[in-house]
Amino acid sequence: MIYFHFGHHLNICGCLNKNRKVDGKKSPAIGNGEMWHLIACEQDRRLRIQKHHLKIEDIITKMQDDKTGGVPIRTVKSFLSKIPSVVTGTDIVQWLMKNLSIEDPVEAIHVGSLIAAQGYVFPISDHVLTVKDDGTFYRFQAPYFWPSNCWEPENTDYAIYLCKRTMQNKARLELADYEAENLARLQRAFARKWEFIFMQAEAQVKIDRKKDKTERKILDSQERAFWDVHRPVPGCVNTTEMDIRKCRRLKNPQKVKKSVYGVTEESQSQSPVHIPSQPIRKTTKEDIRKQITFLNAQIDRHCLKMSKVAESLIAYTEQYVEYDPLITPAEPSNPWVSDDIALWDIEMSKEPSQQRVKRWGFSFDEILKDQVGRDQFLRFLESEFSSENLRFWLAVQDLKKQPLQDVAKRVEEIWQEFLAPGAPSAINLDSHSYEITSQNVKDGGRYTFEDAQEHIYKLMKSDSYARFLRSNAYQDLLLAKKKPESEQGRRTSLEKFTRSVKSPKVHLLGAMCCPGTPKSLPRSSATEKSKAALGQL
Amino acid sequence: MATDGLHENETLASLKSEAESLKGKLEEERAKLHDVELHQVAERVEALGQFVMKTRRTLKGHGNKVLCMDWCKDKRRIVSSSQDGKVIVWDSFTTNKEHAVTMPCTWVMACAYAPSGCAIACGGLDNKCSVYPLTFDKNENMAAKKKSVAMHTNYLSACSFTNSDMQILTASGDGTCALWDVESGQLLQSFHGHGADVLCLDLAPSETGNTFVSGGCDKKAMVWDMRSGQCVQAFETHESDINSVRYYPSGDAFASGSDDATCRLYDLRADREVAIYSKESIIFGASSVDFSLSGLGLIVFSESTHRYLRIESEIVPCN
Repeated sequence: MIYFHFGHHLNICGCLNKNRKVDGKKSPAIGNGEMWHLIACEQDRRLRIQKHHLKIEDIITKMQDDKTGGVPIRTVKSFLSKIPSVVTGTDIVQWLMKNLSIEDPVEAIHVGSLIAAQGYVFPISDHVLTVKDDGTFYRFQAPYFWPSNCWEPENTDYAIYLCKRTMQNKARLELADYEAENLARLQRAFARKWEFIFMQAEAQVKIDRKKDKTERKILDSQERAFWDVHRPVPGCVNTTEMDIRKCRRLKNPQKVKKSVYGVTEESQSQSPVHIPSQPIRKTTKEDIRKQITFLNAQIDRHCLKMSKVAESLIAYTEQYVEYDPLITPAEPSNPWVSDDIALWDIEMSKEPSQQRVKRWGFSFDEILKDQVGRDQFLRFLESEFSSENLRFWLAVQDLKKQPLQDVAKRVEEIWQEFLAPGAPSAINLDSHSYEITSQNVKDGGRYTFEDAQEHIYKLMKSDSYARFLRSNAYQDLLLAKKKPESEQGRRTSLEKFTRSVKSPKVHLLGAMCCPGTPKSLPRSSATEKSKAALGQL
Repeated sequence: MATDGLHENETLASLKSEAESLKGKLEEERAKLHDVELHQVAERVEALGQFVMKTRRTLKGHGNKVLCMDWCKDKRRIVSSSQDGKVIVWDSFTTNKEHAVTMPCTWVMACAYAPSGCAIACGGLDNKCSVYPLTFDKNENMAAKKKSVAMHTNYLSACSFTNSDMQILTASGDGTCALWDVESGQLLQSFHGHGADVLCLDLAPSETGNTFVSGGCDKKAMVWDMRSGQCVQAFETHESDINSVRYYPSGDAFASGSDDATCRLYDLRADREVAIYSKESIIFGASSVDFSLSGLGLIVFSESTHRYLRIESEIVPCN
């Protein structure tokens, strides 16, 4: 297995000046010193290539290892010739299921197709890189051509390749339509240096001719598969396109600009937009001092036990499961499925549903989050002549949303309304908090009232909120839309959830965002367009 | 002088070893509280069974990879940005395109919808975050009213409005996050601490809180106090870039998706990673994560695969 990697490495690193194409079966003879160098280079390479390439490389290597139960790679007899070194799609899928612990064959086919799309395995008779769970034949890609080598082959290489294909008189090497079109385009683009390209192509043909017939069959198909990855069939995604954010950290100047056919170009080719690499900042003593301060603070932090944390997370889930459209079908219906926006209309109306009212009782934050809930709570407080607390809290929330230039003015307004001596809506703060706040007001920033707000929040939570939940106003709303079956109220959320999970036709994406105050929308019934759209994919 | 140089080296080394021993002590302290595994406790939660995800709408119109999207608070509008430089606002319910803007750069990696629904923000390779007011006036060119808000020294990877149209939080390839005042474009607070590009951020879903979490190429997830600019908690257990972070709906925990092909759940009160979601057959990193409303489901998107996970680290694949 180790030679397998070395074989490919010899061609890429170039550190040993050996230029043999190895398909993974031949092991090069190397000395001890060279061995250590290669091990170091290999470790370095593994650190720098993208994780998914690493994973696929490991999978592919294991798949071909017959000592540890790899797939059966055979030479298959067909009509007048032999097909060397192939494996069936079914064998690949079976192997994946067994070795990657995949239970569902559909998932295994998907994983196989991902590996093919990346260019590590390919169908011998198709340009489209997927894996099927049948008798279709596949071949493994040569490590030389692995995408993990960060190939960025130039169009000159592609031109050489297409050109040499036309020089070989074999039916199986005939250009596909899109390839012929590509060749024509390249001939126009490289009109001036076509002679050079032609010569390179001829040289390649000469080299190829020297090889053993079977070896040629294999190498030809691997080469074609390489180009299927880098110049995909129209309609197929180019999987070599890297996320630009990850790009720059993988750049290795020695490898990337290398020509597939060893052609040296004077003019440096233009790559897609590159982001200049960040200079690596050395860790300073200051950095470490900061880190030490941070770590000390973390050690002093009071943390909860896992058991408490787990209980809390699960309790939250159990409580909210009935509100989760992904799990509990929304009523009257989920607009994304039924095409009826009744649910959204209801949510926007001032008449809250029983379920929504119930939610206000889950936590103080819930009622503060919901516009209708806030209004109800405010109304209740007004009836008790104690609305100044909530109004103060809301005013401070609003202050924090102001543009910078309006902050000072709002701070003053809030101070005058709620805190200044003789304020019309005086709130009750302890002297300590009042001290801090009046100091802050002098600077007039958006966090002036943080301390006071926290104080008032706690007060409301423990006092007014608790009373609101017990109040007739709230209780009436809670019972207002009680269903005829009186049993309903007694079931716990979890039981309801268990019962409703029998038909798991659940819906998502559209229902996934946080609840908030939806913007006012004109009522619209399902359009022809959306009906048509529903049938897609 | 030679002796000064020696003193310099010593202090740096001794500081480093002090930091290392503190890390060890921290790990020890946390381990003491690790009395049970989340998935053990979660066993009592009813299993979800085979979960089928169906495509409800397909929005076609971008010319290249869609890099980012954000929902409007009305639950039907979406803003999306693409590698082709276009930013489109859709009414995803009808699949109509309502607005479109062509950015001066390709790779628009970040976009966000304003809470009021009246504006969008976006940015990418231009190193900026720009805000566009949405207008239905056919005579107005959306690009004309563009406002440049944030300026970073490298690409913009993520942006999000706080609970107001007036402030934007940004994350950048320059390794920092920043909070900006939209009207004036002024920097309100910057957040330094990541050792590499910051790729994602998410605001805490609290009415009173002022925190957010960010994830970066330094494999760290950091929780920040928006007011002071300080990092209040940090988590470094991933083995590769963190592409996406999302708070658990209660705000007590958050999930992260990474190139190391795992998703992890970190609890803020335990100050620890509490669950890892991974499977041998998952090759590609997670590019995006989100919770269902109750937190029971964690939806993970990975190179053309959809995976649906339960919070108890069981993975249920779906078509």
